[in-house]
Amino acid sequence: MDTTLALVLILAPLFGFLLNIFFGKQLGKTLSGAIGTFTVIVSFAVTLYFFLNITETNQAIQVKLFDWIAISDFKVDFGFLLDHLSLLWLMFVTGIGALIHLYSISYMHDDENMHKFFAYLNLFVFFMISLVIGSNLLIMFIGWEGVGLCSYLLIGFWYKNQDFNDAAKKAFIMNRIGDLGLLVGIFIVGFVFKTIDFAELKTIVLAGTMNNEMWITIAAIALFIGAAGKSAQIPLYTWLPDAMAGPTPVSALIHAATMVTAGIFMITRLYFLFDLAPLVQDAIAIIGAITSLVAATIALVQTDIKKVLAYSTVSQLGLMFLALGMGAYEIAVFHVITHAFFKACLFLGSGSVIHALHNEQDMRKMGGLRKAMPITFITMLLSSLAISGIFPLAGFWSKDEILMTAFHGNPVLWVIGSLASIFTAFYMFRLMFLTFFNDFRGTEEQKKHLHESPALITFPLIVLAILATVGGLISLPGNSWLNHYLAPFFPNKEHIAHALGQTEYILMAIATVGALVGIGVAYAKYMKQNQVPGADATFTGISKVLYNKYYVDEIYDAIFVKPINALSNFFRDFVEVGLSAFVFGFGKVANELSFQGKKLQTGSIGFYLFIFVIGFCAIISYLFIEL
Amino acid sequence: MDNVLNHIGIENYIFLSVILFCIGVFGVLYRRNAIIVFMSIEIMLNAVNLLFVAFSTYHQDANGQVFVFFSMAVAAAEVAVGLAILVAVFRNIGSIDVANLKNLKG
Repeated sequence: MDTTLALVLILAPLFGFLLNIFFGKQLGKTLSGAIGTFTVIVSFAVTLYFFLNITETNQAIQVKLFDWIAISDFKVDFGFLLDHLSLLWLMFVTGIGALIHLYSISYMHDDENMHKFFAYLNLFVFFMISLVIGSNLLIMFIGWEGVGLCSYLLIGFWYKNQDFNDAAKKAFIMNRIGDLGLLVGIFIVGFVFKTIDFAELKTIVLAGTMNNEMWITIAAIALFIGAAGKSAQIPLYTWLPDAMAGPTPVSALIHAATMVTAGIFMITRLYFLFDLAPLVQDAIAIIGAITSLVAATIALVQTDIKKVLAYSTVSQLGLMFLALGMGAYEIAVFHVITHAFFKACLFLGSGSVIHALHNEQDMRKMGGLRKAMPITFITMLLSSLAISGIFPLAGFWSKDEILMTAFHGNPVLWVIGSLASIFTAFYMFRLMFLTFFNDFRGTEEQKKHLHESPALITFPLIVLAILATVGGLISLPGNSWLNHYLAPFFPNKEHIAHALGQTEYILMAIATVGALVGIGVAYAKYMKQNQVPGADATFTGISKVLYNKYYVDEIYDAIFVKPINALSNFFRDFVEVGLSAFVFGFGKVANELSFQGKKLQTGSIGFYLFIFVIGFCAIISYLFIEL
Repeated sequence: MDNVLNHIGIENYIFLSVILFCIGVFGVLYRRNAIIVFMSIEIMLNAVNLLFVAFSTYHQDANGQVFVFFSMAVAAAEVAVGLAILVAVFRNIGSIDVANLKNLKG
């Protein structure tokens, strides 16, 4: 029964993919979208069943389909592990996935390749599910690569624009660097532990018999590189902002809510390994904190509405990694969930705005949309409040937990995280004020067509906004349902509930005041003074550096891409020429030899005979002289 | 039985053979008529046959004489084939001058 249901859970989106990719065009747009959405809803329903089941029984379900690889004592099963963590993850992957599919029916309706879009989205959900429920690292790796592929396909979905193709390639290549790290990590884990099955690994590590510290540290570093690639951490984060080239539902689903959290999922899955490598944990925390600050500062001056959200995503992911590095895995998971709610809502809301303005993404040409698009406005406002960390919305609770943990761990990291949060509040409300308040700055033509989006678009927005508002309830400090739920997954962890003492209340107050200050500054600047960022060329000083994203792309270009191109050119122009001269040399020598040898063959019998006799005489005389 | 080698020494047979062989060789090398080349080859063969017989008598061993019969039989066969080839060549190029047989030139 469980096996069948698990198969339904994972194969439904694959079925949708196959239908859409092969018959999508004949099915027509509406049916194609309906199939895509329905298959994900099926997955969601099955997940819900398992989820309710596990909250009652508290028993992880292991589904083993068959032996996959068996080499002497190293065995890999093909199976699924439906435990507390994976089911929680599936809940929001399939849930938000279904909502975004629904949204896409309307959003992509004018696209001629809509069936392909749904096929890719379904494929993505399929791979994401296999990433989450795989029972060992290898199945997770399949999903990991699969979602990377879908990300590539969907970023480059509008393939006629070369910039979008470049963005897709960039995402794919950046991810490959991380994937290599993950792969090396898997190899080391397999080598050290002789198994890559999650449950077995956990048993071995928790038994405490394994103290191969050096290899575990190396494995943790390699795995973290994998996570940094997928979850867009320094130094591999530059692909995520460019990934906004894809259609907006893709940005919401893949590049905000689900795929980019895969790194956090993987680290949480293997938390017992990372616990054994405190140095790596520190590195994760520091990199997470720096990423969150750097990305937040870049987001301050971006003018593309999706770019702001993209950098915001990188920044929030950085906060999650900060929590992971502090060993507060359940808090990271909490923030993943709340972030999925409000960031998906924000992206879908921005999609709604872009849709209404006929693909205008520049905030300088928006403004005053509040009246024309009330639902989009209210949902986005709620989500912005949530991400800024305003009491009592979802973001407040999760971000606050992270900052509290950071405060108890290392005050410097707390300062960095708090700064990032203040910046978050500022840039989110900058976005809100520029988009929805004051007067419309677009063309008259656009103004005439301003309209609220249809129900298929607003419904997911409303659902997500509600979730972003109340999502924090799943883990209130002192009475955390989430911690309670995840407790069986962390059997060796003392349940650390932050006792709500004076310090905690002060920290909460500081965070809230910080957020309000950020909002206040944004209000003063963009609402009261009605400032609008000028054209690209008018940025000066720090803003210019920030607007150009610290020139990181240019630096990478100079450090990696150009030298590699130069090296390739060198190999092409010199080494390859030399090698081919060598190889062709053999041919030329052989050719020359035979050309010269050919001249001996005159065809004159007399000459042959003469040579024959001379040779014969030579042989005879040689024999006689020797003897 | 009186040994013929008592009258004429073995070395004379060797000289004769060598001379005949050399005549054959030079005939092959210098004559251009294919039939004469053939005859020269026959002379070489027969020079060797003569040597066989002479040494056979010298060593009082009949093997050499037997071998000569084989040699003559093979030579006869070779002549048959060789002449047939010559006829074919003549029909094709109208000449049996070996200098004209240059179709195998590389």
